Amino acid sequence: MTSIVQTLSGTTAPSSSIARRAFMGRTGTLSAVAVALLAGQDAMAQGMSADTSKDLGILNVALGLEHEAINAYQLGAGSGLLQKGVLDVAVRFQSDHKAHRDALITTIQKLGGTPVMEKKLEEYAKALKADTLRNQTDVLDLAARLELGAINAYLGVIPAFGSKDLAKVAARLAADETMHFTVLTSTLGRPLPAGALSFGA
Amino acid sequence: MRSLVMRRTWMAVSLWTALLALAGSPMVARAQSAVRGQTLFESRCTACHSLDANRVGPALQTVVGRKAGTARDYEYSPALAGAKHRWNRQMLLAWLTDPETVVPGQRMGLQVEGAADREDIVAFLTAKGAGRTTSE
Repeated sequence: MTSIVQTLSGTTAPSSSIARRAFMGRTGTLSAVAVALLAGQDAMAQGMSADTSKDLGILNVALGLEHEAINAYQLGAGSGLLQKGVLDVAVRFQSDHKAHRDALITTIQKLGGTPVMEKKLEEYAKALKADTLRNQTDVLDLAARLELGAINAYLGVIPAFGSKDLAKVAARLAADETMHFTVLTSTLGRPLPAGALSFGA
Repeated sequence: MRSLVMRRTWMAVSLWTALLALAGSPMVARAQSAVRGQTLFESRCTACHSLDANRVGPALQTVVGRKAGTARDYEYSPALAGAKHRWNRQMLLAWLTDPETVVPGQRMGLQVEGAADREDIVAFLTAKGAGRTTSE
């Protein structure tokens, strides 16, 4: 599976060093087990004890965000409002979110949890007010807002992490969404952020 | 003529005094806090929440005063669905400080670190919900 599982592999610290870190069970954190699974290192994940219920809750919230992003891009792609080149980029970004979704589902299942289900497209359309989209700018603006929210969500959990490895995972996910956001705002012709340190503030 | 000038001067002084007093009033401070809170809400909360629609998290427009776990049509965690409290300022501040201490087993993984930021977000939600009924 070409996904974030592969993207994140090869950067996690040895299992012994992770296992020593006392960060499990804190609100806003994932356990070392989840880190290992997200990093695609099943062997490392096996045999670890952790309060996985907290991990599963956070992973499912992240999965909910990915479901929403996938459907938002679907609504945009199906709206007929996007020009060909923009549509191609939107589909590419959607595929990134699908890869995130697949990795999260795999991780949740390996931890013994039940992945949160995707809702119907109509429900996302209602929640995101898709009926108000009138042109390409509206679609891109919606996508940019969702991507910015995801960036800030990932950055927002970093301070709660006791593990540098987990903080790095969250930072890399935020970087992925930042790439999306940057392309979208550039396409919208919007200026650069007014100053440094604008994300996560 | 002199009397008219003095009266106008007095009125101007009174007006400026009133404006200066208003600028430092709690009412203006709350309004400023709510404005800043909107920016913070858009930055920190809108990944999961909207004011008027359930998304990954429940709609928040009428959260102030609402019984916990009762936003219409939102599927809560068992922990929050079983909570007994009502969301007032103090409870929301505690929630934003550390949700897990308020309702163990809840699902929100984010915290708002700064006390001033928490106050402003709650001020914003309070302002948005003013005069609206909760969605119980």
